[in-house]
Amino acid sequence: MPVYVARRVAGFVPVLFIIVSLSFFVMRLAPGGPFDQDRVLPEQVRANIEARYHLNESLWTQYIRYLGDVLRGDLGPSFRYPDRSVNELLGLGFPVSLLLGACAMVVAVCLGGAAGLLAGVRRNSVVDFLAMSFALFGVSVPNFVLGPLLMLLFALGLGWVPVAGWGTWRHVILPAVTLGTFYAAYVARLTRAGMLEVIGQDFIRTARAKGQREATVILRHAVPSAILPVVSYLGPASAAVLTGSVVVETVFGIPGIGRYFVTGALNRDYTMVLGTVISYSVLLLSFNLLVDILYAYLDPRVQVQ
Amino acid sequence: MRASSAECRGPTGAPRAVSAASPWMDALRRLRRNRVAMLGLAILTAFALAAVVAPWVAPYPYDRTDLRYGARSPTWSHLLGTDELGRDVLTRVLYGARISFAVGILATLVSLTIGVTYGSVAGFRGGRLDQVMMRAVDILYGLPFMFFVILLMVLFGRSILNLFIALGAVQWLTMARIVRGQVLSLRVREFILAAQAMGASPRRVLVRHLLPNALGPIVVYATLTVPAVMLEEAFLSFLGLGVQPPMSSWGSLAAEGAAAMEAYPWLIIFPGLALTTTLLSLNFVGDGLRDALDPQATLRR
Repeated sequence: MPVYVARRVAGFVPVLFIIVSLSFFVMRLAPGGPFDQDRVLPEQVRANIEARYHLNESLWTQYIRYLGDVLRGDLGPSFRYPDRSVNELLGLGFPVSLLLGACAMVVAVCLGGAAGLLAGVRRNSVVDFLAMSFALFGVSVPNFVLGPLLMLLFALGLGWVPVAGWGTWRHVILPAVTLGTFYAAYVARLTRAGMLEVIGQDFIRTARAKGQREATVILRHAVPSAILPVVSYLGPASAAVLTGSVVVETVFGIPGIGRYFVTGALNRDYTMVLGTVISYSVLLLSFNLLVDILYAYLDPRVQVQ
Repeated sequence: MRASSAECRGPTGAPRAVSAASPWMDALRRLRRNRVAMLGLAILTAFALAAVVAPWVAPYPYDRTDLRYGARSPTWSHLLGTDELGRDVLTRVLYGARISFAVGILATLVSLTIGVTYGSVAGFRGGRLDQVMMRAVDILYGLPFMFFVILLMVLFGRSILNLFIALGAVQWLTMARIVRGQVLSLRVREFILAAQAMGASPRRVLVRHLLPNALGPIVVYATLTVPAVMLEEAFLSFLGLGVQPPMSSWGSLAAEGAAAMEAYPWLIIFPGLALTTTLLSLNFVGDGLRDALDPQATLRR
């Protein structure tokens, strides 16, 4: 196992290298620069600024310099916020985004898993109907519509939770639900389909024939096989949750890194955009690795080698 | 000559062999019996028609502002109300439908083209090439792809054409996997061997024999791609990175609505409702098609 993890982590390096290079050159090939949109600067001032950020060097030199900096863990100065480094800004935003994403995933897995489980066990019952209606609704309401509506109802209308902002646990509820609902719906459908498939199989009949309690049959025998599709969905889902968090952070005014990414891209803040892309990618790669390990643990047929 | 006409018919219903008992007719019958799917289809048809004829039926020009009637709640002259600049919401929602449907169809076509080509080449060639190509797909799956779309949109201009291409270009991964899996399992079947024995070129085998037989899953997944790209367009427009004013899309309307919802809730409710209804209908139709074309299919993709 440690060897496997080490090999996979080593595999991150080429992937990250490609991501960084691609983003770097895509940004630089595009028209416009970080100091274009303000009023026209005097020639000398502009040259000084560009020299300070090494923008006057050849693209190739800049690229090598940037790679070297990243290897040392330095993501460079922000072009937009000259007094602060990208490390500093991401250090502030990253834990916020991570917490939001984690809560959304918990909502997705717990809510979706429970709904799908009940629907699968009580097939064609009222519970099944309700759960599947929720699932259809969930995949059809975009989070940027759901978010404002929830805000309108629970924050502005009923006043149960704060409208926007960040700080206490009450601030997390609405954004996490907004972000997690789509994936909860999808997880519910996957779980239900998995349960229906597993429940007809021989080993479940054997477990029942042994006289085990129904709860044991379901939880001990059926669930571990039934949730395998859910586990393999967690990888793509986490990628999508990260993307969705950009919108949810905008809607609820949450100081995460999603907003840095969008404003950074709009302002041509090269280092900021690269920094957010690197953080998101590292997060995603690590999470995919975790998912693969979990999968191997649940499915004895899969060996991590 | 005779050999080639026999070949055209194919074993399981290549398009030319359609008869009353063909699997496609069976599927159509099953689909017709699915009430929810037919309801979805009816709603979609109505919306699509409305989108096409929007310039003629919309009650007002989409960019006409009238500050005297700013931010009015729904009335008889403005059925869905007006926004803060006095623009008619019904008109803007209708024009938004044009964007959404165009994106849904065109971006799906882009993803279809890339995905089918990539997947069929990988599955058909097999071996080392297949391994490398699919490993690449695995890696791409793990990347935060929407971030590249956002980057591309920001950097290369927010034109609608860029939007179609960027969205289609990131949506082909699952399609490639599905097609590759189908081709891989079909290419060892006897009818392919027969075609090859008759001297059909690899290209002909692929296009005439393999792909028509893989059409079911391709159609089903393409139907499910449409809501996905619509959602992504709306997502980008919501962030201000998609369709630019004065054009409106459901996403940009929702963004304007969300900004003003406390005072004028109808500004978010109507575009949101249009988008949700469309996505719901598309999901109904997609599920219905899946059940109709492949009764054994589970949700697993």
